[in-house]
Amino acid sequence: MEDLQKRALNIRKNVIEMIYAASSGHPGGALSCIDILTTLYFSEMNVDINNPKDENRDRLILSKGHASAALYATLAEKGFIAKEDLLGFRNINSTLQGHPDMKKIPGVDMSTGSLGQGLSIANGMALAGKMDKKDYRVYCIMGDGEIEEGQIWEAAMSASHYKLDNLCAIVDNNNLQIDGKITEVMNPTPIDEKFKSFGFNVININGNEIDEILNAFEKARTAKGRPTAIIAQTIKGKGVSFMENQAGWHGKAPSKEEYETAIQELS
Amino acid sequence: MNFDKKIATRQSFGEALLELGKTNPSIVVLDADLSAATKTSIFAKEFPDRFFDMGIAEQDMISTAAGLSTCGKIPFAATFAVFATGRAYDQVRNSVCYPNLNVKIAGTHSGITVGEDGATHQMLEDIALMRGLPNMKVLSPSDDLQTKWAIEEASKINGPVYIRLCRLATPTIYDEKNFEFGKGIQHGEGTDGAVFATGNMVAKALQAKEELEKQGVNIRIVDIHTIKPIDKEIIVKCAKETKKLISIEDHSVIGGLRNSHFRGFDR
Repeated sequence: MEDLQKRALNIRKNVIEMIYAASSGHPGGALSCIDILTTLYFSEMNVDINNPKDENRDRLILSKGHASAALYATLAEKGFIAKEDLLGFRNINSTLQGHPDMKKIPGVDMSTGSLGQGLSIANGMALAGKMDKKDYRVYCIMGDGEIEEGQIWEAAMSASHYKLDNLCAIVDNNNLQIDGKITEVMNPTPIDEKFKSFGFNVININGNEIDEILNAFEKARTAKGRPTAIIAQTIKGKGVSFMENQAGWHGKAPSKEEYETAIQELS
Repeated sequence: MNFDKKIATRQSFGEALLELGKTNPSIVVLDADLSAATKTSIFAKEFPDRFFDMGIAEQDMISTAAGLSTCGKIPFAATFAVFATGRAYDQVRNSVCYPNLNVKIAGTHSGITVGEDGATHQMLEDIALMRGLPNMKVLSPSDDLQTKWAIEEASKINGPVYIRLCRLATPTIYDEKNFEFGKGIQHGEGTDGAVFATGNMVAKALQAKEELEKQGVNIRIVDIHTIKPIDKEIIVKCAKETKKLISIEDHSVIGGLRNSHFRGFDR
């Protein structure tokens, strides 16, 4: 637990370093899902940094690809990519572009960026796992604004129809999207009830509390015959006081002063 | 050419999938509630465990195919051309072509020859949409055997392929599967003009060639089964030898066979 919290803090710090160095990026939605990513890569998922394409590995699709900084920093913390490469984030000569590229970055299971497609892709991986009788699990992190995309609900229907109990969908429910509060821009609530009515095993948690995340993954693994959706209540910008719950921090980099304050808060 | 023995290329597609399924266990097929019309039902009947009906959800279908392909499957996703390439364009672009995944997309019922269903179903822009995508290859077979070859060929290519198919029965042109990817087939040596045709228009062009011969006009027909990559050699050769290039396609002149093949020649 303490180890996971320490790693999450480290990853948050690296995310701020990366976005500050790049002078652009998406801090808000990256910071909100870091506790989930940390728990996945340091406790839940079976992955091997020496064999990133191992066919038996668990898989993660970051459907909200704009939170790439969080994924890259987590992969670096795990050892898939070199930490010194993180500062090339969003640089034209770096493989670490604004949205993840599976062909260039070890440990990235799917290229994402255009919202709404990740859950369908996760379904495909889960279906293949069922066909080949492999016991790997597939995780898919979506944004709460992202689920306004209609394809998410096509995929929700499919996951349930094909009884993909090796699939775990996670909604990073930070309540904000670019234009403001999700309930005011285009209200997707009640999110849990929607997934429930689509046939999912639904678990509501605080997505910034590692013990709750661990517990939810545990429960998801025991659910049989249906997919799980974890609705993770999170704070956009989590860990940096002035970024927390501010839609304005969806897609902008901190100034020098803001950067220094943020690093201080995370130290 | 046998004008009496007619078969629709969608039928040949279904039969080819069945044969391919027998020898290659990685082949999986997806459809969007049109399996009776696209003829994937032929495969589904024999291999129900490798067939996935995704319902009326083309975007989900294409992304699911992308997910399956990352796990070593060779998915063929089929529906009407208008939905496969139009409705799911963003999924084909971002989840298939950008990561260069091994997904085959079969668009049946292409062109105005769909007929009675009307304009919403008559796909006249699919070649334009698909050939503009990086990594995508485009096949547009003209008869039964050529379609069967195209499906086999597509399964051997490691990357995205779009195969354009038609609804109506068309004459059988070829007696043997003697085709080469990326190479057009010249019928006749006539120097009064070279007619480039693709898909269901090849048989029409060959019929026209016979009629014109009776009037003393000698043209040649070039069957372009591979729209992308283009066969530059045959274009230059025919331009030099005939001075007249003509195109026939069941597609808009914008972005189709004419646009892709006669660049620099068009007036």
